[in-house]
Amino acid sequence: MGLLSSAGLLGKLNLQAIPHDPITLGGALSVVGAGGLILLYLLYTKKLGWLYRNWLTTLDHKKIGVMYIIIALAMLTRGMADVMLLRTQQATSVGSSHGILDANHFQQIFSAHGTIMIFFVAMGLMFGLINLILPLHIGARDVAFPFLNSVSFWLFAVGMILINVSLVIGEFSAAGWLSYPPLSELRLSPGVGVDYWLWSLQIAGLGSLLSGVNFLTTILKMRAPGMTLMRMPMFVWSVMGSMMLIVAAFPILTVTLLLLSLDRTVGMHFFTADMGGNPMMYVNLIWSWGHPEVYILILPAFGVFSEVVSTFSRKRLFGYTSMVVAIMAITVLSFVVWLHHFFTMGAGANVNSFFGIMTMVIAIPTGVKLFNWIFTMYRGRIHFTTPMLWFMGFVVLFTIGGMAGVLLAVPPIDFQLHNSLFLVAHFHMMIIGGVVFGYFSGLTYWFPKIFGFKLNERLGAYAFWCWAVGFVLAFTPLYILGLMGATRRLDHYDASLGWRPLFVVAGVGALTVIAGIGFQILQFIVSIIQRKQNLDTTGDPWDGRTLEWSTPSPVPVYNFAVTPVVTSRDAFWESKKLPKLAPIYEDIELPKNSPLGIYIGGFSFIFGFGVIWHIWSIVPVGLLGVIGCIIIRSMDDHTEYVLTAAEVEQMEYRNHKLRGKTV
Amino acid sequence: MVMAFGVLALLGIVGFYLSTKTVAVLSPRGPIAAQEKHLIIIAVLLMLIVVIPIFVLLGVISWRYRASNTKARYSPDWEHNRAYEAIWWTVPLLLIISLSVLAWQNTHRLDPTRTISSVNKPIRVEAVALRWKWMFIYPDLGVASVNYMQFPTDTPLDFKVTSDGAMNSLWIPQLGGQIYAMAGMSTQLHLLADQPGSYRGVSANISGKGFAGMHFQANATSRYEFDKWLVHAQSAQPLTMTTYAALAQPSQYNSPATYSLQAQGLYDTILEKFTGPGSAMHGMDTEHMEMKQ
Repeated sequence: MGLLSSAGLLGKLNLQAIPHDPITLGGALSVVGAGGLILLYLLYTKKLGWLYRNWLTTLDHKKIGVMYIIIALAMLTRGMADVMLLRTQQATSVGSSHGILDANHFQQIFSAHGTIMIFFVAMGLMFGLINLILPLHIGARDVAFPFLNSVSFWLFAVGMILINVSLVIGEFSAAGWLSYPPLSELRLSPGVGVDYWLWSLQIAGLGSLLSGVNFLTTILKMRAPGMTLMRMPMFVWSVMGSMMLIVAAFPILTVTLLLLSLDRTVGMHFFTADMGGNPMMYVNLIWSWGHPEVYILILPAFGVFSEVVSTFSRKRLFGYTSMVVAIMAITVLSFVVWLHHFFTMGAGANVNSFFGIMTMVIAIPTGVKLFNWIFTMYRGRIHFTTPMLWFMGFVVLFTIGGMAGVLLAVPPIDFQLHNSLFLVAHFHMMIIGGVVFGYFSGLTYWFPKIFGFKLNERLGAYAFWCWAVGFVLAFTPLYILGLMGATRRLDHYDASLGWRPLFVVAGVGALTVIAGIGFQILQFIVSIIQRKQNLDTTGDPWDGRTLEWSTPSPVPVYNFAVTPVVTSRDAFWESKKLPKLAPIYEDIELPKNSPLGIYIGGFSFIFGFGVIWHIWSIVPVGLLGVIGCIIIRSMDDHTEYVLTAAEVEQMEYRNHKLRGKTV
Repeated sequence: MVMAFGVLALLGIVGFYLSTKTVAVLSPRGPIAAQEKHLIIIAVLLMLIVVIPIFVLLGVISWRYRASNTKARYSPDWEHNRAYEAIWWTVPLLLIISLSVLAWQNTHRLDPTRTISSVNKPIRVEAVALRWKWMFIYPDLGVASVNYMQFPTDTPLDFKVTSDGAMNSLWIPQLGGQIYAMAGMSTQLHLLADQPGSYRGVSANISGKGFAGMHFQANATSRYEFDKWLVHAQSAQPLTMTTYAALAQPSQYNSPATYSLQAQGLYDTILEKFTGPGSAMHGMDTEHMEMKQ
């Protein structure tokens, strides 16, 4: 049906797609403006070629990691701008006033907020940090499939671009971040919004799946000699759990999105309410990806905290085996709890109880991890640097959020709190307090390794306190509002309910968090200006324990001049006690840069944009382009170059000289 | 001292604010909501057994073992203690076992399909989520209402819930938990008000642009008041298949309205729009058919 009704050359695309009202127009202009300014700057300084050769086509995991993090931080500002619109609406749209946004626009914004924060901020920070550190952590020179890594990144970037294009051309989904049918079906959402959502996630999700395969292989096959599984740093264990979940869960997302696309684009009936479709099937499928997704995000953050706590307590991680067991238990259990997202759908008491109890069981390994971290600090020498502050904040907020989570896991309690602002407060507490705090902690911790200088500690602390205080201000009112019967996603409520003061406080909290982000931006700027004072000349600024700190900062392109040999946990910490041996250099093979990753990204964009707007003439171009790029890449036998032992020695010598030391 | 005063003042303000408002989930007006509130309190108290030690340990340990305190014992290689770890595997385990027992029993006790026993005869209500308003059909009493409900206290309400479009969720927090309203599906909910009053009901699940206006007053009154309302409603504007078709058209922030019901089997007709003959929904496995009824 959809296929036939839009056979024009430009599909559904026409001038109506350009935004008309001032707020959307402002958003669109800021997106176009920011992109334009960056492009102009690059053209003016003639850096475009440099950017393309050194960054956009790179296969170096560290540079790819940096690009992920830049996108994630840029999207964090977009997501926070959305928050301010939402909070302003909820503080003003009371009684006879209907606020600054119409209902549909409000719904688009919260749908975009959720989608962006999960897929492009949390996932971006996660893949960024994993790219930066994981190979260094296991003593490897790159990931298992460097080219695939570039493809993953570009698919992620294209997903991000598509979702932002929706701000300029057309509209975004107004059906919530998980787009439940039948609301998301063509009959109730006839616009292109849901299609933007579908294809943005489909393309980015494919990238995530490929990354999952890549990192899992890297961990299993690329570890330095002597690094047995039980000698791996805890971050590596946690990433392994997370990547196992990606490999198992993301295909479900791919298929679910595809089925909904088929419903919307070619008139099938997988999830429609009538004609034999079943929306409940969608809800089951999307959450059997969606719940593991939460643990995909949180596990690596747990890993970061394990490294941070142990390093800054100058002490071994307490209960290593327990921690491994806990991670693996969480990995497995996260697949048998998805139904707790819809206890209220009417499944029987036996089914609900089973999923409720399985959910509560996850609290056990999580609790064990908390105790083990606290006992890592016990009898240590704790240095309260910024990464540690994020950890302390995490323990407090995550524990409170966890309590709310266990409450929601009891089905009869969930009947009273489901879809209320209590639920909203709970999952923000887990995802900000857990995931985001974890990645900020890791970012501060590993920053000197990648860039060669530390971040300003004072501004980092300011940023932390703004985030923590703002967070409490923003979400405590939501817990209360939830108990008062306020549901989520309300663009308007009656004045007689008296909810307004709480929404205003929540808005002040959001502003405080924005101040925190401001301090983080300031922290980057000041640290770059003052980098000479914070230079990391040793490669080991924190008295670290794991292999990455044995390399110079910033890390040379080959990571390790000599492949390290591991004889115990905390390999670098132990090796510091031994005399240093004279290095014996060897030839190193490294992947050449390749432009095919960005081409595949470009063709996927053409494909996605074509399907969204039903511009069928360009869809095959995109599809065949991607296939063509893959064929070209498979034909290329010269994908690596060699750094000879002499060159390596020279580079190492220069590194040491730069650091004011002689070999 | 200043901080303690600040905290107290803040608590005072919050307390005063809350005392002037209805905290619906914590102010139950029926047995279901009351049991659910009771469950929340027990679960929170149980969890504090683990949560309080975490906070105390975090505070004490991070203060005592701060780097500047060189008097504290430092054991950089101490990484394992079987007894300690046994404690924090076992205590949360026992806690979760007790919570699980609690959850299992109460999930069955408070299953929304369970009828509430009472000396009074239950009132059947068929709730339909429309774009964007709630319609309540009282099939045995010959009346219907939109964005409004009335019923006598101490009388069980047997809800059947469906939707004529997007998914919604029927929630009257002061009477008890919610249940989804889904097109082509009929879910059940049983509630009872044990005190007269006017309780706010909502749709808790986003269903399109008029979703925020899908709230209604559920008025629990004396039997006498209710009968008066019935008489009034039975002579109100008729709800026929034709007027229903007009009502089902999208509209927002609808005012409360009452109808005399003249469309027999309206609820089943709405269900069969999605599951009727010719739809593949026929012949689905019996478990799903059970949910329909």
